[in-house]
Parts: sequence; structure tokens; C-alpha cells
Amino acid sequence: MVDKVRIATTSLAGCFGCHMSFLDIDEKLLDLIELVEFDRTPITDIKTCGPCDVGLIEGGVCNSHNVHVLKEFRENCKTLVAVGACAFNGGIPALRNHYELKDCLEESYINGIGIENPQIPNDPEVPLLLDKVHPVHEVVSIDYFLPGCPPSAEAIWTFLNELLSGQEIVLPYTALHYD
Amino acid sequence: MNQLETAQNPQNLKRVVIDPVTRVEGHGKVTILLDDDNNIHQVRLHIVEFRGFEKFIQGRPYWEIPVLVQRLCGICPVSHHLAASKAVDMISGVKQLTPTADNLRRMLHLGQTLQSHALHFFHLSSPDLLFGFEDDVSHRNIIGVIKDYPDIGIKGVKLRKFGQQVIEVISGKRVHGTAGIPGGMNKVMSIPERDKLLQNIDQIIGWSQDAVKIAKDAFLLNEDYHKRFGMITSNMLSMVREDGALDLYHGGLRAKNAEGQTIFDHVDYEKYTDYLLEEVKPWSYMKFPFIISLGKEQGWYRVGPLARMNNCDFIPTPLAEAERQTFMADGEGGLVHASLAYHWARMIEMLHSAEAIKELLLDEVTIKDDLIAHGKKTLEGIGIVEAPRGTLFHHYQINEDDTIEKANLIVSTTNNNQAMNEAVRQVASEYLDGHQLTEGLLNHIEVAIRAYDPCLSCATHALGKMPLYVELVDSQGQQIDRLVKNSTGAVCDSLI
Repeated sequence: MVDKVRIATTSLAGCFGCHMSFLDIDEKLLDLIELVEFDRTPITDIKTCGPCDVGLIEGGVCNSHNVHVLKEFRENCKTLVAVGACAFNGGIPALRNHYELKDCLEESYINGIGIENPQIPNDPEVPLLLDKVHPVHEVVSIDYFLPGCPPSAEAIWTFLNELLSGQEIVLPYTALHYD
Repeated sequence: MNQLETAQNPQNLKRVVIDPVTRVEGHGKVTILLDDDNNIHQVRLHIVEFRGFEKFIQGRPYWEIPVLVQRLCGICPVSHHLAASKAVDMISGVKQLTPTADNLRRMLHLGQTLQSHALHFFHLSSPDLLFGFEDDVSHRNIIGVIKDYPDIGIKGVKLRKFGQQVIEVISGKRVHGTAGIPGGMNKVMSIPERDKLLQNIDQIIGWSQDAVKIAKDAFLLNEDYHKRFGMITSNMLSMVREDGALDLYHGGLRAKNAEGQTIFDHVDYEKYTDYLLEEVKPWSYMKFPFIISLGKEQGWYRVGPLARMNNCDFIPTPLAEAERQTFMADGEGGLVHASLAYHWARMIEMLHSAEAIKELLLDEVTIKDDLIAHGKKTLEGIGIVEAPRGTLFHHYQINEDDTIEKANLIVSTTNNNQAMNEAVRQVASEYLDGHQLTEGLLNHIEVAIRAYDPCLSCATHALGKMPLYVELVDSQGQQIDRLVKNSTGAVCDSLI
């Protein structure tokens, strides 16, 4: 029996939409689990990424935890793929880069509508935010970029199939879009 | 249970952390403080990420908002899209949509509810219910379900698929499509599109009935235990239709206390700020809403499927209504409060969604082409829907130049913040107090959180995962026990 390809996935500063699009392969999921096994992903209880063939990263980098997880994936995954707009360029969360972080926090916790006990959360259990949201390639090197918000299930399926079979990855023009 | 929120003398206590909580959407962690005899003094569910949507949407044109804010969450983007669309209708001065636009919005929302409930029950929670809370970690997931119970696993995949297909037909994409525009909808449903969905709908209703049975049987199989597990009593909040029926898209706000007495009813949701406030606590990015008249100690409440079952007078589709009556009978005349009953309630709502989609598909109004209503523009809009996880509030104020000046979002999961904390405290004091740590024990805490189907992605608009590492140190800081999950999911004493 041929060893299965081991895949890990994570969502950093993203919305989970890329993972949803992955699940939108629907019944092909049954074919996929004949070919691959999952390491750390949001649908398993495996909490740290071990040695893997492929890592899929959704989301940009907005806090110190995201940096830690991204490095863990880079160290363990032979091929690392940035999936979707937020991993590419920060996406919607990076709209906060136009503002000071302090102003964003004050809007939510001090100056917002209907706030009781206004204060900015500062407990040691709450991790440190980065002043800006960064694309993943500013933190680690990335082997492939798969665009879309989110990439369609078809694009993800084609990409994985061609990657796993060692072919050159060719996506049809219609699958390469950014919304 | 409230005394477990904050320990009197935390400096002398041991700290246990579960990080991250898995098989939920988003990133949260639990910290527990114990004394040397393992008596629990403090338990907190922390939401540890932050986005800042309220700030960075300022200055954007108001008609852009439904498309922008749905990026809060890829699991329930439709809910955010529709709550924002309702707020934008109000800004546009439109109080009543055309019948066709109303039907299409409702069907879109029901498709969302169906797919989200299927995802949560089958893909995320069913492993706990089918295999037990202490099943092997490498097996306790949807892949394990597909292998051991292929019939159940495949039904889950196909139910979710159908919900996504409804969304795709109406909004153009399965995730982050666009449908709502000021005063209406952007596209008609064609007859072939309708017929394609109709082809499968009876099968989907049948599978939804099966799903209710799976959830009900799982709950009743070990009823005493499942009722006690994570048991809390609380106020309940949801929207209901004018006649008291369950309505996920529109209605007035109803709140009941734990005994089932009305706190307020049929409240116009545009006045929500007269009834609800959100407290900020320094240890979580997720705020703590409460009912003003009851105060912040007593005024917290639950939302979502359990609250909706308890609050509505009936469900306006026959199969789901019959199931609701069975469900409520379990409360023996009072409300149903068990945390794990959420799963059962969620599947009843999935059945309702399937039935209601069929009704809308068979309604000829749905395929008409009168999509837009018009009105006189105002400077403020509030939109509320019952999202899969509970009542979702979107509130925008705009400038004379049509850009957003101020925004307030209370997402569904935020409403359940205190409830999830209370449930975790109950489980921790019942199962952790004085016990040797095991992986299965830790999963008990996560099972209680999962019952609420929290979308921490919505709540903080952020995600992230950390390795699971639990350590128990004594009051001198000396490590006395330690558990690590390695990359295969096995639990051991160290990473090596």
C-alpha cells in the first residue's frame, strides 16, 4: 500500500471561508480520504502540526499566535500553500492597517454603542496584536499561491490533484479570480 | 456558579490551560485555576483575537456593507450579509420588501441554516456523540465517522451540499456570494434553477428527519447524564414572528426567564439598545451582553436553537413542529435547559429549514421578477436575523455623504459568552475537580463548548490555532503533571 499524502491546514486571520470552500468538494471528500490523511486541521483534534507533505494556510497574520503557527507549518510542511485573499495580501482584515490599532480597540471597547464597563482587554491571557495585518509571505517563504475569496472548490480540487500527482499545476483562466 | 469567574487569591493557585479548543469555528482557550487540593477556584473561556470591523468599515459607502461584513465569517456569511442588507433596507427607507425579494431572502437564509447546522452536527460534533467523549483522538473526527458509519457521514456531506447549493443558486457563489442590495435582491430565480433544487428537496427532508432521530436518540440514550452534563439554567432570547411562531428571518424580540416567564415580548428590534448592553471584561475580546432590566449579574441569557425552541409558540412547518413538541415535553412543563439539548434542537431547525425551503420553492411568487422596493433615505439602519447560532445584530449610522460613520455588531456567539463560561465552569467543577488529567477529561470541557456551536471566527472576527499543552503546576510553580498532544494526536507526557 502506498503511503498516504499527509496534509495539514490552518486558518490564521481569516474567516474560515477557504476551509468551507475546501469542504465544498462535497462527495469528493470520500475520494480524497483514500489518497490523503489529515494532520492538524480544524476538523481534527490534532493540535500541533507534525511532518507533512502539504500545508494549506488560510488567513493573514494579525497577532503573535498567528506568527507562531505559521512558522510551525513552514518547519513541518514540505510544500506550503497560501490559500485565498487574506493569506495573499491580508484581505479584509488588513483594512485595519489604515488605522492605528489603538483607534480600532477604542472603537470596539470604549466608544462603541451600548458598552458597559468600557476598557481595552489587557489580561496576560489575551495575546499581543501586531500593529498591522501581514500577508503570510512576509513571514515565511511560500511555495504556491491560490487566489480567490475564497478559491472555488473546483480550483482547490484541481490544484490538489495536480500537486499530488506531481504535474505542473495549470488552472483554467476562469478559476483564477480574486473576489 | 458565578463565584468561579474570578478567584480571590489567584497568585497562590495552579493554572491549567486548554489551548486551543478544537472542532469549533475559531480560536478560544480555557484557563482553570486550582489550589493544592485541586479545588477549582476560577474557570474562564477566553476569546483571544480581535479584528476591528467596527472601526475599519467607517468611511465605506453603505451599500458596500453587506458584501464587506460577510467576510466576518465564512461559515455563516449569509447571516451577516442579510442582517446588513436589512439594515441597508432601513437606511434606504424600505420597510417592506417585494414578496419575491422576501421569499428569496428567506430561502437564502434557510439554505444557510441548513448547511451550517449540518456542518456543525455531522462534521464537528457527531464524533463526540457517536464515539463517546473519551474516544481515541486520532479517530474522533468526521473521517472516523465516514469510515465507521458511512451512511451517517455521507448524509452529513450531502445535507451540507444541498444548503450550499441553495446559497449558490441565489447568491452566485457558495461562500461570499452577493444577493441583497438596498431595498431588495439582485437577481431572479430561474425556473430551471428552482426545478433543480426541487428535484432533491424530498430526499433532503427525509435525511433531516433521520438527523433529528440521531440527535434525539443520542441525547435520550443516556438521558440523566446528558441532562446533567454542562447543565445551567438561564434566560432565553430570540426573535419570534407576530403570531409567536419560530421565524429565522424577521420578527420581534422575545425574552423569557429560566422559569419560562416573559421578560419582554414582541419588542421592535430597532429599539434593542433600550433592552441590551454589553459588558467588557479585561480577559476576553468577546463582550458579555445582558438584559438591562435584570442587570449584568442576572441578565445574561442564551440564544440559538435551544433558546428558539424554548421561546417560540410553534414551528410553522408540520414535521419540525411535531419534533418540537416531543422536545419540549422533555422539559416537563418548563423550559429545556440542558446544554447538550442544543444538538437536538439544532437538528429540529435543520428539518424546519428543509421543509420551509420546499414551501418557498413551490410558491410561484418566488420566481417572479419584482425584486426592488424604494423609499426615502434615512441615516440609520438596524438589521437583525436569527443566524444559525442565535440572534445577530447589525447597526449602522451613516453621514450625509452616504458613508458609514458608526457601526455596532453583536454577533450570535457573543450572546452566548456568559452561558458558555458557565457551562464550562459546571463541567470543570464536576469532572475536573480533584482528578488526574487525561485527554478524554479535557475533551469533556470542549464537548460543553461545542454544544453551543460557537463561531469564534464571528465573535472576534479572527482565528488561529496553538498546540495543545496542558500543565499542572503547584502553588510554588513546580510542575506536577503535564500532558501534550503530539502531531498524531496521541497524548503523552512530553513532546519527545
